[in-house]
Amino acid sequence: MSVIRSFIFSLISALLIAAATSALAASSEADFKAAYAAAEAANKEAGTLRNQWTVTAAAMAAAKKAAESGDFEKAVAQSKEAEALAKASIFQATDEKEAWKALEIK
Amino acid sequence: MNVRSAMHFALGLVALAALALGGVPPAVAADTPDPVADAKAFRKFFTEKFPKVKLEDFVNGPYSMNEDMHRQWEEKEQFPPYEFSLDMGKEMFSKPFKNGKSYADCFPNQGIGIRQNYPYFDEKEGKVITLELALNRCREANGEPPFSYVKDEMAALTAYMAFTSRGKPFDIKIPNDPRALEAYQNGKRYFYTRRGQLNFSCATCHVQSPGERIRAEVLAPALGILNAMPIYRSEWSGMGTISRRFTTCNSQIRGVPLSPQDDEYRDLEYYLSYVSNGLPISGPGARP
Amino acid sequence: MASTIRVRATSSGETTEVQALIQHPMDSGFVKDAKGEIIPPHFIQELTFEYDGKNVFVADWGAAVSKDPYVKFSFKGGKKGDDLKISWVDNKGATDTTTAKIQ
Repeated sequence: MSVIRSFIFSLISALLIAAATSALAASSEADFKAAYAAAEAANKEAGTLRNQWTVTAAAMAAAKKAAESGDFEKAVAQSKEAEALAKASIFQATDEKEAWKALEIK
Repeated sequence: MNVRSAMHFALGLVALAALALGGVPPAVAADTPDPVADAKAFRKFFTEKFPKVKLEDFVNGPYSMNEDMHRQWEEKEQFPPYEFSLDMGKEMFSKPFKNGKSYADCFPNQGIGIRQNYPYFDEKEGKVITLELALNRCREANGEPPFSYVKDEMAALTAYMAFTSRGKPFDIKIPNDPRALEAYQNGKRYFYTRRGQLNFSCATCHVQSPGERIRAEVLAPALGILNAMPIYRSEWSGMGTISRRFTTCNSQIRGVPLSPQDDEYRDLEYYLSYVSNGLPISGPGARP
Repeated sequence: MASTIRVRATSSGETTEVQALIQHPMDSGFVKDAKGEIIPPHFIQELTFEYDGKNVFVADWGAAVSKDPYVKFSFKGGKKGDDLKISWVDNKGATDTTTAKIQ
């Protein structure tokens, strides 16, 4: 049961990430700011659930760094990846509220 | 739709309705945690999984899981790598604060031979108090700055206190207080909840895979896993606290660690210690 | 100041088994600190165990040996009650010496 759940979970996160990293036409600073804000909001929500991922923070840092050097294409892509990761971590926390019981020794 | 499939359809609807109306069959203990039953089941799980391991040996973690490692560890125990940290801890414990008081004034029995009673649930505060937390509170109450929960000083102090309790069985109490039960349950839930990008729970490694390897390390069973703390880890080239282990475990599975001694970690320590009641304190320990 | 060397030597008549635990940072010179700066190399270069005027064990160490090194070896001979002298020199020129009785 938990194997199926894990599989669905990783499938969803893989799809989210694939969608996030699809090619974009010339991104602007405004695009970056919007994408980064979305990632930040999602990561903040993950924080309230006490379930942030280290890779989310890493993607956000990479996004910021790319924006600083003017590569908004990469900055937007990284922001979207960060948002996808943050959303996956939210999904994990929410799903685990009940799912943990499957692992409990009884 | 023919009669047969209509009947099946109807049956399906009825079953669904019954489920919706009747709900889940009343599982008596579903919402009220039963720590006594949990601890019994916990112990049974591991002793049945590893019938050749003596109960008190579970506190040796990976050394109880692997014969070759056990031999090496026995040799190591003749001249343990944690000696320097332990000596430092003893010195630190005996040295008075600037105001003339010492750690002995903060703890029952002068702080000697009491490690097995931690963590405990403080009914006044309504929270779990761990040994590390109690030590820092003692310092602050006496005008001293608190130590980092993940560095050498706290590790040395707790090493000495564990050493004075060697051989004593864990004796964690859960008072008849719903808040204590809640803390226990929170700790249990934390233990089994998957987290981090790698989607591991503590149980993934320490319940599902003890004795097996993760990269080059042999995994320890969850039963007795805190009894040897703090541990001198070769990987750390030094002594590390429970807080250090919890936080690094989190980051290793790509989860952002919480702050040391956050509620979740205190509750986790409470749960893990309780289910190992009866097993001897063996700290400070040495690990790969 | 307490010695950095802890040693236990046990004679079984024919051979003596020696265990030693030495307190030393053994910094390799490849590790960076929290600020990103290299922690300079600081490690034991030579470790000597001397019995009855002769070296029974000499180690030429480098950066690959970990912090607080532990050594275990045996040598032929050695009587209960005799002295065993241990000393080390590190790359900064610091030294420490201790003498233990064989048990």
